[in-house]
Order: sequence, then C-alpha cells, then structure tokens
Amino acid sequence: MAERSFAQEVGKLRLGAGEEFVGEGILAVTKALLQSGVAYVAGYQGAPISHLMDVLADAREVLDELGIRFENSANEATAAATLAASVNYPLRGAVTFKAPVGINVASDAIANLSSGGVTGGALIIVGEDYGDGSSIMQERSHAFAMKSQVWLLDPRPNLPSIVKAVEDAFELSEASSTPVMLELRIRACHLHGRFVAKDNRRSPFALADALENPRRDVNRIVLPPASFLHEREKVEQRWPAAVRFIRERGLNEFFARSERDVGIAVQGGLYNTLMRALERLGLADVYGRTSVPLYVLNVTYPLVDEEIARFCEGKRAVLVVEEGQPNFIEQAIAASLRNAGCSARVFGKGLLPIAGEYTPSVLADGLRAFFATHAPGAMAPAAGLPAPETAAVLARAHRELADQVQARTPGFCTGCPERPVFAAMKLVQRELGEHHVSSDIGCHLFSILPPFDIGNTTMGYGLGAAAAAALGSPSGKRAISVMGDGGFWHNGLTSGIANAVFNESDQVALVIDNNYTAATGGQDLLSSKAITRNRSTQHPIEKAVRGVGVRWVRTIPRTYDVGAMREALREALTTREKGPKVIVAQSECMLNRQRREKPQKRKAIAAGERVVRERFGVDPDTCTGDHSCIRISGCPSLTVKPNPDPLRSDPVAHVEQSCVGCGMCGEVSHAAVLCPSFYRAGVVHNPRAFDRFRHRVRSAVIGALQRRIDRRLAATAI
Amino acid sequence: MRPLNIAILAMGGEGGGVLADWIVDLAEHNGYIAQATSVAGVAQRTGATIYYVEMFPRARAERDGAEPLLALMPAPGDVDIVVASELMEAARAVQRGLVTPDRTTLIASTHRVLSIHEKSAMGEGARDAARMEQACASAARRFVRFDMAETVERIGSVISAVLFGALSGEGALPFDRQQFEDTIRRGGVGVESSLRAFAEGFERAKAPSEPLRRAPAPAVAALPQTHADPRVARLLVRLRDEFGDAVRPTATEGVRRLLDYQDPEYAASYLDRLARLAPHGDDRLLEAVARHLALWMSYEDTIRVADLKTRSKRFERVRAEVRPGGDTVLSIDEFMHPRLEEIADTVPAPMGRWLLKAGPARRLVERLTTKGRIVPTTSLGGFLMLRTIAAMRRWRRSTLRYGRENAQIEQWLDRIDRVAPADPALAVEIARCQRLVKGYGDTHERGSRNFATLMACSERLEGRENAASALRELHEAALADDAGNLLRERVNALH
Repeated sequence: MAERSFAQEVGKLRLGAGEEFVGEGILAVTKALLQSGVAYVAGYQGAPISHLMDVLADAREVLDELGIRFENSANEATAAATLAASVNYPLRGAVTFKAPVGINVASDAIANLSSGGVTGGALIIVGEDYGDGSSIMQERSHAFAMKSQVWLLDPRPNLPSIVKAVEDAFELSEASSTPVMLELRIRACHLHGRFVAKDNRRSPFALADALENPRRDVNRIVLPPASFLHEREKVEQRWPAAVRFIRERGLNEFFARSERDVGIAVQGGLYNTLMRALERLGLADVYGRTSVPLYVLNVTYPLVDEEIARFCEGKRAVLVVEEGQPNFIEQAIAASLRNAGCSARVFGKGLLPIAGEYTPSVLADGLRAFFATHAPGAMAPAAGLPAPETAAVLARAHRELADQVQARTPGFCTGCPERPVFAAMKLVQRELGEHHVSSDIGCHLFSILPPFDIGNTTMGYGLGAAAAAALGSPSGKRAISVMGDGGFWHNGLTSGIANAVFNESDQVALVIDNNYTAATGGQDLLSSKAITRNRSTQHPIEKAVRGVGVRWVRTIPRTYDVGAMREALREALTTREKGPKVIVAQSECMLNRQRREKPQKRKAIAAGERVVRERFGVDPDTCTGDHSCIRISGCPSLTVKPNPDPLRSDPVAHVEQSCVGCGMCGEVSHAAVLCPSFYRAGVVHNPRAFDRFRHRVRSAVIGALQRRIDRRLAATAI
Repeated sequence: MRPLNIAILAMGGEGGGVLADWIVDLAEHNGYIAQATSVAGVAQRTGATIYYVEMFPRARAERDGAEPLLALMPAPGDVDIVVASELMEAARAVQRGLVTPDRTTLIASTHRVLSIHEKSAMGEGARDAARMEQACASAARRFVRFDMAETVERIGSVISAVLFGALSGEGALPFDRQQFEDTIRRGGVGVESSLRAFAEGFERAKAPSEPLRRAPAPAVAALPQTHADPRVARLLVRLRDEFGDAVRPTATEGVRRLLDYQDPEYAASYLDRLARLAPHGDDRLLEAVARHLALWMSYEDTIRVADLKTRSKRFERVRAEVRPGGDTVLSIDEFMHPRLEEIADTVPAPMGRWLLKAGPARRLVERLTTKGRIVPTTSLGGFLMLRTIAAMRRWRRSTLRYGRENAQIEQWLDRIDRVAPADPALAVEIARCQRLVKGYGDTHERGSRNFATLMACSERLEGRENAASALRELHEAALADDAGNLLRERVNALH
C-alpha cells in the first residue's frame, strides 16, 4: 500500500471526451497514456513520478477494462526491457522512472531497444530531479538520448501541452521506429492544472495477439551483422523520418515573429520561467504576449536544422536558454548555423550561469545582460530590479539572518525504526572504534547527517554492499555496508550480497527491512508483510540471503531493541566466520504504520474497547541539559526547552506531543547508560473494572505517602 | 494586471500540501484560475519544503481572451504572500529573498522547531529568535505573527488550519471568511477541529500583532520575613544580613534548593561556604559561586532521583504533559540503569568500599546490573522501592559519593579563594567550570574528566593576563563535542 491512496484520482482516469481533468501533472500523463491506447505500462517508483505508478496500482479495474498489463518493475532496467514487446508487435507501451539515475540503470536495455528500433510506439517517461530540493547528482538525461539516439521531448509545463506531448510521442515513435523519451521536471510533475480529456482507447492489437502468433525478424536483434545495419538505419532512415514528423506536425513552436533582430531559443520546459522573467523586464505581459521572437523547443533532440535556420535568419544574436550542462543544444545550434552559413551569433552559457537551476531571477539577470549588449533600448536598464532603498533594507535583513538561519536537512521521521539501528551502530563504534560505512540510497542515507554522522560513500541504489567490495579484505576492522529492502530487491541481492559471497568478502552487510520502498512513497515489495492483490509478497530477505550462500545471518525482528541491535553488530564485527555477515533489521516504516494504526485506534477507543496508548517524556528536574539523548537519537519529537531551574542555564530535553511511543528513548537510555530522566506514560482508554480497582488502590496508598512527603517539604520550604 | 503569488514554507508532515490544496480549491471555486507546484521529494521527511501557488481572475482572462501564463517557482520581488509554519522557516523565506518590503505580506507562526544542530548542542545551541523576528518585520510589508503551535496544542488541530485562518483574517486574498470555511468543509477531513483552528487564526490575524520578542528578564525570588522552622528562619536572617542585592536572589535559590535536597543544616553549610568567599567583596564572583556551589551540593545521586521521581508535583506534571483525558488510567514507568558504582555510592561508605572490592559481592551485583531496569513508579512495588531509596537521604552524609563530592567541592573553593585576590576574573571562570559536571553514568564521567582537565589548566594559566578568557575558551571547547576532540586540541595548544 502506497503512502497515499489514489481512489479519487482513479476516477479521473475514467473521464471521457470533452470532460475536464483537474489535477497533478504526472496524473495527467497517466490519463494521456490511456487516451493513447497503451497495451502495457511498467516502471520503478521514485520522485517525481511515483504517483504515476501509485495511481495505476490503485486503478486495477480501469486497466483490466482496457486490457492493459501494469508491472511494478524490479528496477529501471527491467522497466526499459519491458519495451521489448513493442519491437516486433504494433503494441504501444510506456515505462517510467526517475532521471537521470533511472536511465543509468536502464541504459543497457534502452541502447539495445533503440539499436533494433521499434514497431509499436515506445515511450520512456523520465521525471527530472534537478535543482531546488533534488536528492540526486545533478546530470542531464539529454546525453543518454544523444548516445542511443532516442528522441527527447521537453514540453511546455502546462497540462494541455504535456498531454499533447504524450500523444505526439507515440506517433513520433512509430513514424521513426525509435523509442521516445518524455522529460518532465519535478515541478511539472507536481503541477496542479487542467485539460480537456479524450476517451480512453483500447489497444487495437492485444498482448494476447502477440502471444498467439509470435513474429520474429532477425534483423531487429542486436548481433552482427544486424547491429551495423542498425547504425546506418538510425542516421539514414529513422533520423530523417523523425525530423520530417517534427517539422510537419509543428511540435516546436514559434512566438512573436517580430522585426527584432534578436531572438531566444528555449527548452519547452523552461518556457513559463522565461516568460515570467520577460514580464518582469517589461518585455511580455501576463498572457505571454511578447515582442521578443521565441523558438520553443518542445523536442530538444533531434534538432531541426531548417527551423533553426528559419528562426535565426536576419537576426544578429540569439540567446539559447538551456538548463544544465554540457550545453548540448547551444553547441548544436551554433554548429547548425555555421553549416548553414547564417551570420547570427549564438549566446547562452556565459550570459547565463553554466550550472544550476534556471529560476526567474537567474533568467532575468541573463536577459538583462543579453539585451543590454545586443538590443539596447529594448528595455529600461533597471527593469525588474528592486528600488535602491528596498535593496538596502533587504541587504540589512539578510545580514542579520546570515548566522541565524540553519539548513533544515531531512531526517528520520518520529519513531522511525531506522533510528535505533544507527544509534546501536554509534554505541558499537564507541566500543570497537570508527568503521568504514558504505551507505546506500534510501531514507537510511540520512544517517550521514547529524546527529549520527555515519557513512562514508553512496554509489547508487542497492549498491551499498557492492561499494564495500574493495574493502572486503580481511583486516582488524571490517567494513560495514547498509542497504534498504528497496535497494536489496532492486539489485543489491546479486550486485552486493551474492558478489560478497562469491568473492569471500569479509564485510558486514546491514539490510534494513521496513516492509516498503519507504523513501519513494511506501510502495510494496517482495518482502512486504502486507498481503496484496495482484502482487506476491512475504518473501523473507533472510531466505533470499541464505539462498545465495550467506552462512552468517541474524534477523532482528524489532529494531527498537537497541541492545539486541548492538549485540548483533558487535558479533558480526568480531566473529571468526568467513564471508559476508548479514544482519536483517526488521520493523515497519513508522510513517506507514501510523497511517494504518492511528484510525484503527481512534475507532477502537470510540467503540469503547480497552486501548493502551504510550508516549515518552522527560523529567525537567532530573535532566541536566547535556542532550546526549538527542545526539544519539535525533527524533523530531525529542527537542529541548528552557530550563525551569532558576540556577541552571542549559535547556532541558523535552518530548513533544507528536511522540508515537516507539520505545527508542527508553531502550537507548538503558543501552547507553544514559540518564534516568526518561519516563514512559501508559494511558489506558476505556479501562476495565480491574484497571479501575487497581488504580483506586494505588492512588489511595501512593497519594497518602505523597501527602506525607509534601508536609515534610513544606515544613522547611521558603 | 499580474497574478497573485503565494509561497508556503513548511516542514515535512506539517500539512503544507494540504494548505496549498485549500488555497487552490478556494481560488478555483471563487472565479480564479489557480496553479500550484511543489518540490516535495525527500524533503517531506522532516526537511524544509516550499509549495507555490499562483492565481488569476478568470473573468479578466476571459475578457482579454487569453490564458494567463503562471510560473512554477517563486521569484524575489514577485511574491505577494509568504506563509511560514515556523519562525526559522519565515526567516529562511526572507533569506531567499521571497519577502520584500514593497509587496510581501508575511504570515508566520512565531514558535520555534529547533534544528538538529540547535538541539544537539551540549549546552545552549538555539539561534536568536528575537533577531529573526526583527529581520522578518523589517523585510515584510506586513508581518502577521503569533504562536500557532500553542493554538494547535490547545485546540488539538493542525497548524495548516491556523495558517489558513490567519490568511483569511489578514485579508490579503480577495475572498471572504465564508468562502474560506466552505473550502475546509469541501475538504471533508477533520472539518470540525480545522474550523476551530481556522477561527482562532482568523481572530488572531485581525487583532494587533503581539510585540516582537525580547530576551526574557530573570525572575527575582522574594524573600519572606520569617519562617515557622527556627533553623530556616536563621537562614533567612543570614541571607538578609550577609549578602548584597546582587547575590541574595541566587543565594536564596541555593538555600531553597538545598532545603529541598537535604535539610536546613545542609543549607546552612552552603551559606558557611559562601560566607568564606564573601571577604573578597566581589559580587560577580560570589554570585557565580552561589549558583554553582548550590548545583554541586545538590549533585544528582540515586537518592535524589528516586526522591524527585516519586513526588506528587511530578505526578501532576506528567499528567499535565500527557493529558490522558476522558475516561483513562495513567501509569508511569522509569528507565533506570543503576550500575555497581551508583549502588556503592548510595549505601554507607564502608559497605560501598566492600562492594567495590573485587570479590563475590561485587561479581553478584555486577551480574544483577548488566541490564537496565524498568521501574513502574505508579505501582505499589515500584513506588515503595523508590521511596526506600529516597529515604536513604538520612544517611546521605555517610555515603562514598558524599565524601568524594565534598572533598572536590572544598578543593574547588580553595582554588577560587586562592586565585580571587590576584585574578578575580579567573576565579569566576573557575567557579563556572562546575557547569561541566552534569548528567549520569558515562555523561557524568565525561563531565568530571573535562572538569579535572580544566582545573589543571587553570593552574597553568594562573598569573597570565588573559587567563580568564583562556579558561572560558577551554570551557566552550569542552562543550563542543562528546569525544573531547576540540578540548584536547586546545589543551595541547596551551603552553
């Protein structure tokens, strides 16, 4: 079960011709797939395209009606390989994943697919995670499109344009026998907007038709001599076919064919940002009406030389607005103009920053510089700049805040079962010294941040154990690798664990088993505890690990048991056993657990059932304000507040209402011999007769004793 | 004509997304074209997240026969309203340039959710909230602010609803209260509590903003004239006669604390020790000693902890904090891990020494104390056990720990007494070093180690003209990291 239920959105997938779809960009893409008559969809979840996968997972009925096969792929390579169904058969298929990391994994399949070419439309939807809020390395998908000659669409970020791009993509793919990549930036995926829907279409050619009468063409298979034929085909037939289609269908757009002798070529995805920048410079209005000629590249690969020549003709200077680097498009346009003997000068990187996200203000600055030199008089020099006195006020405020505002890095949620794992690791390292820790992608990567500061590298999803390969050689200390259940099933079982077995690596591999791919939104996987329709779950990680030959395996069924966790780590780091030592640390992702249990408990209490709720607290009068507990836990609900003690200045620890009573605080104060200030409060809702009786007796006796103590204290109190 | 732009800064799990959805729904149901975006991703996991909404009057667009182009990210100088769920997030918005005095209305809660860096500091690590508020006020056209966390706690709702109410009350959006509330009803989740929170937010935003916060002034305890208990009465007289206004408040707190900790005789010995340093006539020094001597003399031993844990006041406090509510029964469990050392420290000294000697007794106790214990304080057994330990108070003066602590206290006082005439500033710093000795178990051992190190250093520093500031720097270094790396560095640098 994913983090969110998409029941409502599923309804939107049923909208018919003329009805208005209102919702998120990535869901509009999902609807567009159904309108395009896809026969199959596959992918691997990850921001910003998780919702595409999640809504389809909840839309079983719709998919069945349309005869669509939907797969939660094991990884992006699996997803891309799924497109093989479109090689021999007129089947439209789409796969999706996070870019560029997903394409890294998928590139082998993508290269093979694009070499042989496709019969049915093959679409790869990649969600770009670049710039503000990104969680991955800053690279471009563009390079992959170029190297495998897969066409790349980058539509204007509004729902009608995005939906149209999906529909065009399938036709482009079929017209040029080439897979097509649709690039959507993170904000476009999460964009709330509307478009007029069409009816969903059932694929005219069914998957069953393919299975009943298989077709083969040895020339579509990547093996010499066909592979040499493929390369020629790419440049002699598919490329020209694509360019023809793009030109004839006018996939790229021209705005404001004015007399100005300057112009701007922009990636479709940056169009709105560019227009806002132009508006602030007084060169456009809120409706995008501008006097500056624009060439909007909704297709960023391949480029259309005729269009470039036409746009630049008679212009002195053209600014290319292209986010990320290298500046492939700028280079290509410059070369194209040079070949065409066109005299227009091309500017881009240099006037605009080479690296980093292009925000409205970044573009405004670049445009200001561009117009100042190449179209003086086009705009007022100070247009879009704050008034001097305003600037002065802001400068002062920013100085004031310079050392006040701190980064608020992501961290483990309240009650997260991964926290005690790293607390235990911290305690073990106190005994056995610092170790090399190879981290992985997933929530557990937050261990590299305060307060844990554990982890030396991360080499990619599921590669935690693999990244410790070289350090698997026997020595006084063993390398520790961390991997989530998500990464484990994505590839870690073979690339990490099996590899360590085969190469007799001495490392300690820690697999965190929280029942979901938690970081991508809580999707199910093979080892999920939940019993789900249409998916086979409950395949234990320990079984898989033993299956590939690991001899030393410990499964900790409750990570909150910090003592047991520490014990297992200590043993794994010190045992004489050869080969990889694997620890499977199990406890359900608290985010998903709360989502499940909270409503249940509320109902039970309302229904008058006996329910015990627990939470933790700190006694301010025994807390001495050292905050070791916070440095070893870092739970969001564990914070500090001013010391009520008039003689003490250091703030005391404090547990907020948000505490979910996971028990970590208590376990840690035991395991770390921390401090007696923590208490656990148990609240029995709808107590039974026995609870009441016991409570009455206790309160009577304890109350009497406490009154005596109070009297004694009052006698000498000032 | 330009769109109305709203940026929302919230932390993961605070409902920033819900707020954005409400605003979009509000706009779309009342004649506006709205667009919203966010960059959620992993930031959802407790990190800072920005949601961005732009809206434009539909009628105007139809009249002009064109669709407005709405941007996907906020730009400095372009944002009409910034909504922040917490003070540092508001300050972050200012820092990112989203808040400008010519345009932006800033609506923020003034409570603090401390960053991990702030709260994991070994002492005081919180940033300056007053400065953040000042900066926000200067950068914004209007700064609507109040502690919304308090509202949420009181009403039992979510902060997004309070912010939505404040947004309505502030009046920067062209929609009336009814239209706002209908939006919440359409949402259909937790409608009642959300509406209550909304109403509060609405009213508070209408009311004049609370003054910007300043550093709170320390409360001065009033000194009663007399006391029923003659021994305490004598203490009051001494406080009045022997100490000036600069020292009396602290000394009084010290006496109050030690009466609570042990008995009037013990409190008297506290004043004797203070009186010993009075002749130096240095109030700054005497105040520092009064504070830290009281803290040291009330060192947290097992007896003290058991005593505090079983008091009626403590039970009331827990009840107030947990708010069991309605028809419930509350139970309290303690997490204690007494080790051989603590036990030997609590029993009479000879027995303690015998326990510590290698032998069957020691082995037995060690075996029994390998694991921590959960003590059910609200059960008769647990309560009586803790009271029995607390009752050892009577014999506290005969424990090993008492002997050890008092010997160290005397050394410390001698050192202060000796240094004061030549270098009063250094004497003050030496007094303040007591702050390092705190906590229990490992933490206490670390603190004591650092204290000993600093005392040794102070000896080497005596006679230097920058001795005081040097010792203060070492003091801060000791609080820089658990491992004591910086302190080691600084001590080695000392020569």
